[in-house]
Amino acid sequence: MSSFDLSVITQNIPWLWAGMQLTILLTLLAVAGGIIVGVILALCRLSPWWALSAAAKLYVNLFRSIPLVLAVFWFYFLVPIVTGHPVGPFYSVLIAFVFFEGAYFAEIVRSGIQGVRRGQLSAALSTGLSHVQALRYVVMPQAIRNMYPVLVTRSIIIFQDTSLAFVVGLTDFLTSANIVANREGRPVEIYCFVAVVYFLLCYAAEAGLNLSKRRVAR
Amino acid sequence: MSYRWNWGIIFEQPYLSWLLQGLGVTVALSCLAWAIALPLGTLVGSLRTGPYRAIRLLCAWYVQAFRNVPLIVQMFLWFFVFPEVVPKAVGFFLKRQLPIPEFTMGCLCLALYTSARIAEIIRSGLEAAGNGPRNAALASGMTYYQAYRYVLLPMSFRLTMPPLTSEFLAIFKNSSVALTIGVLELTAQSHQVESFTFQGFEAFTAATVLYALISWACLGIAGAVNRQLSNAGGLGTEVAIK
Amino acid sequence: MIKIDGVCKWYGSHQVLTECSASIARGEVVVVCGPSGSGKSTLIKCINGLESFQRGDIVVDQESIKSPKTKIYKLRSRVGMVFQSFELYPHLTCIENITLAPQKVLKRSRDESIDRAKTLLKQVGLSAHGAKYPSQLSGGQQQRVAIARSLAMDPLVMLFDEPTSALDPEMINEVLDVMVDLARSGMTMVVVTHEMGFAQRVGTRVLFMDAGVIVEDRACSEFFDRPESDRARAFLSSIVRR
Ligand SMILES: Nc1ncnc2c1ncn2[C@@H]1O[C@H](COP(=O)(O)OP(=O)(O)OP(=O)(O)O)[C@@H](O)[C@H]1O
Ligand SMILES: [Mg+2]
Repeated sequence: MSSFDLSVITQNIPWLWAGMQLTILLTLLAVAGGIIVGVILALCRLSPWWALSAAAKLYVNLFRSIPLVLAVFWFYFLVPIVTGHPVGPFYSVLIAFVFFEGAYFAEIVRSGIQGVRRGQLSAALSTGLSHVQALRYVVMPQAIRNMYPVLVTRSIIIFQDTSLAFVVGLTDFLTSANIVANREGRPVEIYCFVAVVYFLLCYAAEAGLNLSKRRVAR
Repeated sequence: MSYRWNWGIIFEQPYLSWLLQGLGVTVALSCLAWAIALPLGTLVGSLRTGPYRAIRLLCAWYVQAFRNVPLIVQMFLWFFVFPEVVPKAVGFFLKRQLPIPEFTMGCLCLALYTSARIAEIIRSGLEAAGNGPRNAALASGMTYYQAYRYVLLPMSFRLTMPPLTSEFLAIFKNSSVALTIGVLELTAQSHQVESFTFQGFEAFTAATVLYALISWACLGIAGAVNRQLSNAGGLGTEVAIK
Repeated sequence: MIKIDGVCKWYGSHQVLTECSASIARGEVVVVCGPSGSGKSTLIKCINGLESFQRGDIVVDQESIKSPKTKIYKLRSRVGMVFQSFELYPHLTCIENITLAPQKVLKRSRDESIDRAKTLLKQVGLSAHGAKYPSQLSGGQQQRVAIARSLAMDPLVMLFDEPTSALDPEMINEVLDVMVDLARSGMTMVVVTHEMGFAQRVGTRVLFMDAGVIVEDRACSEFFDRPESDRARAFLSSIVRR
């Protein structure tokens, strides 16, 4: 193996940047969709209707017991059958992430709501607020504050997990890098570069989160 | 939607034995990796709260490095990059002479990745236990090693049973990433059944059910361990970790 | 003002209130005491409908809690309640804590509620702290804000559930002084407390509860001088010994 050759990276920056754009897009859409699915599931789980709550629980437990790769395979196979025509890897992967991550977000939202002390609801009700008002003005603001660090952490995990789109050949950052590595025959430089980029981005995101947590904590 | 159901396919050969072999590989890979990760993670997590500043920092970086790079990238690093950057003889051994290179490297990678996550959990348990027991143990004349071994780590394990349990479940799920370097574990085998037979529903359902059974069994074991701990006068899970 | 009439309550098969009856007139300060677990909290939570009960009825200001015509939210807005653990909303400043319900329930304007809040904060001796968050205040200060928050709804009656038992001794008096002022201003109050000094200063009646039963319902002076039941005598001597 000859010495470390950085030019193989600089020459392929446009390729890698295109991959990174797809990774970021996929992450943003997956987080947004996952949160929507998660909130719906959490409300179902906390609802007084037994069947709805049980169904949501089954959904969450099932998705949380399988690997993401399997979910990606599932949806890559299922989506074309359900829609009746091929949709390409991007939409399959996106749908897989939304449904899969929805199960994780559901647990985050649920424990955020349940983490608010019961006395807070009593206090709000005892001043005459209605149930909806108590949830809206007293419980939810606290729940969101409880949840938000976990939501951000989960989003960082999703950013990392989008690299698993590799298994169906979606040209995200990692897959683009993989193509370059094979074409140029320089896996060492390329994979090290990929690792460093992921590390720096995730490290920065986590540092930002810690900074904002310190600011919020009173 | 025109799909020809054929549930019998997953019980036909060779597909049944593919799936069962996949299950075997998943369980072996995960348990082996766990056997490495638990002691290693406990060590790193303990050192992170220990008396030496330099070692604390080093362990913090260990955790950061493994947490902030996607597992699949780590798999590639171990499998494609590591043999190239070590001395030639070692690289040659890894590439040519190692009996089952995919499994071995995948297991190593999964073990180190998980050890960093276990280290975080153990550290949070040690911090939750607080300075009181540490000072009490040291004041009674114990060495640091003894304080951790007999007082602080037992407390930390009891406090962190729930997150340790979910980490144990996670290692089975994470082991599927090893398919990207060619380990034929459960997910890979179900995918292979799908490619050969086009019976995706059946193949993936089989894999899903097997994974669900694994996590159900793990929760059962964790529950039993937990009961054992709380019977033994432990803190149980009443004291939740935030 | 309040009429409690044969209230019975069960948690599953466990009866926590048995045939509780009492009536409380306007301007009275009724002290509820009794051993831990005797049902004091449960009883006063029934008065503003935070707890439901199976048998009997409670009438507040001529409105029955059980009657389907009663709007429980309307009723609660006229009954103030102060909790043992303050329950200030941690995400809102003191002023915001006080003005939330007046704005949302009574539909008062923002300015009007803020003016009123400032007056109340002055009344409880905290004019300087309106813009602070609850976590920036001491326990005694938090409890006084909580009292102001209830008063902001101009309640007909105030319920207190052990308002000083989560406080350090040096803070108890600052809260009790506010409550004494309130009692002297003619507010109707139901106070669960073990502070017998408070009871003797402003209490008009004592309800002594044991095991879900109202054992004694007497004028304050009589109760302290000549308790009738053995339970009450034992309870009083245990309080005095403390
Ligand atoms: N949610 C509940 N479920 C079952 N039992 C309950 C519940 N809440 C209270 N109890 C029981 O009801 C009884 C009365 O409780 P309550 O809180 O009213 O007592 P208390 O007199 O206020 O005691 P303390 O002085 O400790 O506050 C207790 O025996 C308690 O165990
Ligand atoms: Mg009580």
